[in-house]
Amino acid sequence: MSLLEVRALSKEFGGLRALDGVSFAAQEGEILGIIGPNGAGKTTLFNLISGVYPPSNGEMSFQGESILRMKPHQISRLGIGRTFQIVRPFQNLDVETNVLVAFGHRYYPSLWKSSAPFRQPGILREVQALIERAGLRSYTKHLAKNLPLGFKKRLEIARALALRPRLLLLDEPSAGLRFEESAQLMELIRQVLGEGIGVLLIEHNMQVVMDLCKRIVVLRRALPGKFVQTPWSSRPIWGRRHKCWKPGRSRFLTASFWP
Amino acid sequence: MISGYLITILITIVIYAMLAHSLNIITGHAGQISLGHASFFGIGAYTSAMLYTEAGFPFWISVPMAAVAAGIVGALLGIPCLRVRDDFLAITTMGINFVVEAIFLYLPFFGGAMGIGGINLPGWFGREMTKPEYFILILVVFGLLLLLDRRMGRSWIGLAWASIREDELAAGAMGVDVVRFKVLAFILGSAIAGLAGGFYAHFLTFIMPQNFGFGQSIVILSMVVFGGIGSRWGPIVGAIILGVLPEVSRPIMEYRILIYGILLLGMMRFQPGGLLGPESILPRILRRSVYGLRGQG
Repeated sequence: MSLLEVRALSKEFGGLRALDGVSFAAQEGEILGIIGPNGAGKTTLFNLISGVYPPSNGEMSFQGESILRMKPHQISRLGIGRTFQIVRPFQNLDVETNVLVAFGHRYYPSLWKSSAPFRQPGILREVQALIERAGLRSYTKHLAKNLPLGFKKRLEIARALALRPRLLLLDEPSAGLRFEESAQLMELIRQVLGEGIGVLLIEHNMQVVMDLCKRIVVLRRALPGKFVQTPWSSRPIWGRRHKCWKPGRSRFLTASFWP
Repeated sequence: MISGYLITILITIVIYAMLAHSLNIITGHAGQISLGHASFFGIGAYTSAMLYTEAGFPFWISVPMAAVAAGIVGALLGIPCLRVRDDFLAITTMGINFVVEAIFLYLPFFGGAMGIGGINLPGWFGREMTKPEYFILILVVFGLLLLLDRRMGRSWIGLAWASIREDELAAGAMGVDVVRFKVLAFILGSAIAGLAGGFYAHFLTFIMPQNFGFGQSIVILSMVVFGGIGSRWGPIVGAIILGVLPEVSRPIMEYRILIYGILLLGMMRFQPGGLLGPESILPRILRRSVYGLRGQG
């Protein structure tokens, strides 16, 4: 049984088909790269898996259980953690509290228990361990909004790890980072993999993808003929045309990975 | 002995502080803007008044029932409000306020434009409570509510609210049941507003729909914003200052809404955190007045 199985997943926004029949399976302890040009639907795919919005068609199951109709918090409690392409830490909370939020569902399952104080020594020790792992020890009490981008990204990973995930969805972890920062982050991802956690990695930096991933899913933009008409849109809506195919990257993609 | 006028103002301010505090739970803690908070105030006041005058329940039952009724309506109205965010939520809650006011105004059952009269101060020990006693009663109740708020702030409920306020999407992805905690905030905030409404009805002895209109909602919101959204003492300070202001000079009373509007705009522009919120100028001014201009920050 695969950790995550996605079958013929589609998503339409009005008349725009963002994803068209994507199928793949991810295994435990495996890192699966997801690449493709801008607008191919990579982030949409993550949003579908994490339950931000429901798919138009298709099947998703996690550890054999269908997650099709689940809400985001239910999916995250099953063990799917995620980070965001544009970082979304809780800006006005400190690093420690940011990580604490993800402990809620394990320690305060009922409303009655939720009225107990959230700063408990036992939980704080666990939080501290995660923060140290992410290399944020000296920033425990700093507000998330004051951290540089690289730290925010590591904070997001620490927060996702606090869920004790079986699967981690990483949306462009190295985007906007300096080389060393990126390298530190990759080290963290390797450690996570070593623990048997599965990772889905969206990444534009092909060096990173090549280093980490053995298998890769390539998403293409849905073909023009595949745009659908709906009652709401009398004519198909065309996505932004993808202009910025850098020659190097394009050649690289077509040569190595395009099926 | 304090004069009747002073005690009237004091009671009004405590009721406003209670209202500002209840709105602070919804808007400050859980981050859900509400422009219709006076409707729950009104639901509480009318429930309490109807139960007291029509059904003959004593004060000690009618006022808690006011909180329960407002809490239930808050939950019912909070559920559709979950589907909208930010500015749309503001407009939806504003609409709710107009609907609730219209119901009080046009249904003969609720006394129409004439309102409901004949509500009395509560009785105890075989006589009617005096105003100073009533003041102490609501002050004690408010104190208990503040203790509860402190406990909530330290509990996981408070943290869940903070995460929803900061980023709803990320909170959901971290396993926070967004719907549950949002509805909880709506229920608690509405119930406390309803409680304040019950106290208000029994103090004023006469209520009418205009007391619970959109203007009242703006007054409550101004107090919260002025004092500091999300801070525990801010809304109370806001209620005290904005409650005393119209009493100090009559012209302010006449242009009350105008002045509150200007204050709201000015605070949003220059002090978005409010007087007691983060990044307030207040500590800086205090420090400067104590240490002089050379004071070290």
